[in-house]
This record gives sequence, structure tokens and C-alpha cells, in this order.
Amino acid sequence: MWNYEKRLQFPINIKKPDARAAQVIISQYGGPDGEMGASMRYLSQRFAMTNRIAMGTLTDIGTEELGHLEMVATIVHQLTRNLSMEEIEKSGFAPYYVDHTVGIWPQAAGGIPFNACEFQSKGDPITDLFEDMAAEQKARTTYDNILRLIDDPDVIAPIKFLRAREIVHFQRFGETKREMSSNIRNVNIQISA
Amino acid sequence: MKNPRSCSQAELFSMINQVSFAVNDMTLYLDTHPDDDDAMAYFCENMALRKELLKEYAARFGPLTLDSDSENCRQCWDWVMQPWPWEGVC
Repeated sequence: MWNYEKRLQFPINIKKPDARAAQVIISQYGGPDGEMGASMRYLSQRFAMTNRIAMGTLTDIGTEELGHLEMVATIVHQLTRNLSMEEIEKSGFAPYYVDHTVGIWPQAAGGIPFNACEFQSKGDPITDLFEDMAAEQKARTTYDNILRLIDDPDVIAPIKFLRAREIVHFQRFGETKREMSSNIRNVNIQISA
Repeated sequence: MKNPRSCSQAELFSMINQVSFAVNDMTLYLDTHPDDDDAMAYFCENMALRKELLKEYAARFGPLTLDSDSENCRQCWDWVMQPWPWEGVC
């Protein structure tokens, strides 16, 4: 069960539309290392965990990722508000516009739709936690790339916040994996068939 | 800290964002450090403050969470009348 909070995890108030920036930032909504994959990965993997700490970090980080998904969508929405047709055509946004107008749809920057194959849920706690740590680093790299492509301080601030959270999550997953590895022999569980 | 009752809507909203972030970050920390007493005390302090601020905000500007709404029954459904987060206003 989830409860909704009517606020973003970090405030976003973008005044200047920029379709070119929206086109690259949408990748963190539905791209290969985006927040949709992140939230679905953690919230799916937790069922096969054999340790309560791992169940907890996956639930709580997965929940925070849903908040990040909302933040990325908000950035794209505000960047595409009040665009003129001329701006849409000039900025390279027309291919997105023709299919979705300025609605939010999960795709990578290059137009590839979101696909569940962008994450795994292997049913093996150690395997999954290694994937989670790698996923946080890949998302952090993507935010670094986005930061090189944008110049509006109203967009930079929330992107920097999201980037910093990837580092915190990487740390927490590392601690979770260490805990799991050190207790694995004491727990009477079968990890693989 | 400024008295929440004398804060503007924007100030109160910003305080809620800040304490909520502390609560959220401490939640993740405590997940992997459940025996850390200092972290637990910091979590509890911020959680209590968050509840108080959410209640104050709900009473004056409408609820940010459905269960922080004022105890008295409302005249109108503020939940849907007040702005949504992506609109970029408070």
C-alpha cells in the first residue's frame, strides 16, 4: 500500500521552456537507466529477498524512486509548457510531439520505448543487489551527462539533487549486500534451487 | 526555528520539504544501521516536527497528505482544489 504526498521530494519551478533539454531528460523517465526501471526493479526484487534489511532498503529506496519518477516527469512537463510551434520544430522535439503532443510518456532520449528488459529480478539476493549497485552508478552517470547538456539553474538544481541521491542509494545497497553476505551462512534459507 | 504559525505558505512548505528529507534520508540510513541511537533520535525529532508542520499546513492551506487534514470536517474537498506538485506553484 502507498500513500500519496502532494509535494515533490525537491522543489521544481522552471520558468523557461526548453524542448531540447526535455528531449534528453525524458531518458531518466523511461530510458535504460531511468527512474521507471529503478522503481520497478527494487519494488519487484524485494519479494525474493531472504533478509529483512534487504526487504527494507528495496521497499524504501523503491518508494523514493517513485518520487524521482514524478520529479523527472515534472521537469519535462515544465520544460515543454507554453512552447511555440516554431520552438518545437527547431529544437528537434517534433518526433516526440507528433506521437504524444506534450504528454509524458516513458521513452529513452533516442525514442526507444520503456521496456521491462531494462532491469532484472533474478530471484537471487546477491545477484540482484549487485545489479542494484550498478544501476545506481549508471543512473548517476546519466545525470552527469545531462548536467553537461543543460544550462538553466532551475533545471540544474533538481538534477543535481537526483544525482546525489543515486550516490546515497549506492551506499545503502552496498551496506545491504555486505549484511547479506556476512549472514548468509547463519540463515537457514535456500537461495537457489 | 521560526514559529510555524507565523510562517507564510512558501516558508511552511519549504520547512516541510526540509524535515521530510531528513526523515526520508534517515529512514534509508536506519534500514542498514538499525542500532544507531543517535540516528534514531534524529529521526524521531524530525518525524515529530514533520507531523506538526503537516497539520499546520493542512489547517491553513489544505492537506499535503490525506491523513494530515484537519480533524474538523471540511466544507470543500481541498485535496483536489489545491495545486498539484508538477504545476510549479507551492
